[in-house]
Amino acid sequence: MEQGLTKKEYEKYVQKKMPKSPVIKNTIKAFIIGGIICIVGQVVSNYFKGRGMSVEEAGGATAIVMVLLGALLTGLDIYDGIAKHAGAGTIVPITGFANSIVSPAMEFKSEGYVLGMASKMFVIAGPVLVYGIIASIVVGIISFIVKTL
Amino acid sequence: MEFIRAFLVGGSICAVGQILIDKTKLTPARILVLFVTLGVVLTAIGVYEPLVKFGGAGATVPITGFGYSLAKGALKEVKEKGLLGAFMGGISSTAGGIAAAIFFGYLIALIFSPKEK
Amino acid sequence: MTAAKRLGKQTVKFQNPPSILATASIVGKKEGEGPLKHYYDQIIEDGFWGEKTWEKAETKLLRETIMTAVTKADLSIKDIQYILSGDLLNQCIASSYGIRDMGVPFFGLYGACSTMAESLSLASILIDGGFADYVVAATSSHFCSAERQFRFPLEYGGQRPPTSQWTVTGSGAVVLSSKGNGPYITHITTGKIVDLGIKDANNMGAAMAPAAVDTIFTHFEDTGFDPDYYDLIITGDLAYYGKEIAQDMLQRKGCDISKIFTDCGIEIFDKEKQDTHAGGSGCGCSAVVLAGYLYHELTKGNLNKILFVATGALMSPTSSQQGESIPGIAHAVTIQNAME
Repeated sequence: MEQGLTKKEYEKYVQKKMPKSPVIKNTIKAFIIGGIICIVGQVVSNYFKGRGMSVEEAGGATAIVMVLLGALLTGLDIYDGIAKHAGAGTIVPITGFANSIVSPAMEFKSEGYVLGMASKMFVIAGPVLVYGIIASIVVGIISFIVKTL
Repeated sequence: MEFIRAFLVGGSICAVGQILIDKTKLTPARILVLFVTLGVVLTAIGVYEPLVKFGGAGATVPITGFGYSLAKGALKEVKEKGLLGAFMGGISSTAGGIAAAIFFGYLIALIFSPKEK
Repeated sequence: MTAAKRLGKQTVKFQNPPSILATASIVGKKEGEGPLKHYYDQIIEDGFWGEKTWEKAETKLLRETIMTAVTKADLSIKDIQYILSGDLLNQCIASSYGIRDMGVPFFGLYGACSTMAESLSLASILIDGGFADYVVAATSSHFCSAERQFRFPLEYGGQRPPTSQWTVTGSGAVVLSSKGNGPYITHITTGKIVDLGIKDANNMGAAMAPAAVDTIFTHFEDTGFDPDYYDLIITGDLAYYGKEIAQDMLQRKGCDISKIFTDCGIEIFDKEKQDTHAGGSGCGCSAVVLAGYLYHELTKGNLNKILFVATGALMSPTSSQQGESIPGIAHAVTIQNAME
């Protein structure tokens, strides 16, 4: 290597030299904003339960409302501004799932409504559905086997 | 009180996600996949249910909660329908969220366009 | 048989140094709020600039910049014998579509963010070799079109690490001629690909720094110049952390350029006020800094000899997903007011 540094040495050197993400500050912000989103979820869920829904129904209805909120804030160009500070605080809640669906859908509208918008909708969120659903099926099959044994 | 519990549980789950983003080379997409799968597994072994009982929306709103719903649905329908339930349970218990994501996602993308940063 | 114009391993010394007749730069709003705002020809207020897509806006950016440069050189587009241009979009569509109605022979280039130095180098070779009298070298980049190709949708709620760079919205064009009163392009040192194994696409500065070091060091070896020879050595776009690494690595090799060294990605934005993290990037970054600020300072005589070293990170989203590291490249161009 002409630089006099091997790849390993350079990697170490760069790691030492690079600024670290402010982990503590980021984590506190993620905690607070993520927590606030969950409080909103609790308010919504309480409202539905107050109207006589079962826990399951209220959970489903809350998911729908939270998805709508995340999608709307994304459309209004607000969600990414919060996310810049919140990081995982806005990625991990289900509102972030909505953001990851709406943002590519909007972005790729320029390539048409079928091959652009619709086909790019799940470009980021797709893996969550794929792995989540596969995992649930595996869990279901295992529980079925355990029961029949 | 239930709001404080939701805040603490939900905030903590997000904080774990943030530490993973900053401290490991995992991208947000991988962390989401990890979280949803973890939600499924923790539910299956009976760990997540108590967390939901304690934290309410704090445990169901994060994407781990999506895994919880998936697993809970699958387990429930296996009891009722047998093997068929393993395939139907997960999606039927999360149908609202998925359908909303597709419907509202489409609608919002139809109405709005991305803004320059 | 030896090529008479070659100097050392990677350098060419021109016998008929081409002169810069005029430059033009058009930038986006954010760039227009940066420290170099007074040096651009035009600042567009809206990233779409009346077009329907970001790609079309970038195409227009490139086209208008080339036309402005040609007009400023008191030429008509018919006088231009070659256009050498490149950008970041897949298949270089900003360049091809920007130039499609001009009716000028065209070489499309890809060197990622090093493209401005690549186009200048090849344009100079064409002129010095006697193959053309008027050549335009240009590049463009657009934050919004680059973002959706290389990273995430604009409204996606992601977080940028401190080492990430901000793609410049802007286009720069330079009209070179066999005649003219300078500034002249006297030497070029063409870089080779250097890859020290960096895989993090959010840390392109570290990926490109070794290439810049290699090219700058080789340039001095080939030409026999001292760093003191130059008023300014400006890389484009290592940004803050890449520049620090390059400076440090050169120092270790016994080549101290710290007093005259800066970077286009650092100069173009105000790091604190504009939230651009490590600094600017993109083909347009070094192009508008050269066509705006540097050219102005050269013609005013505030700078007389500069070494312009545009750096490029030659990865793609596909190579990154396949776990490949990022190959870096840097091309150096000596621009000076005197012919020698």
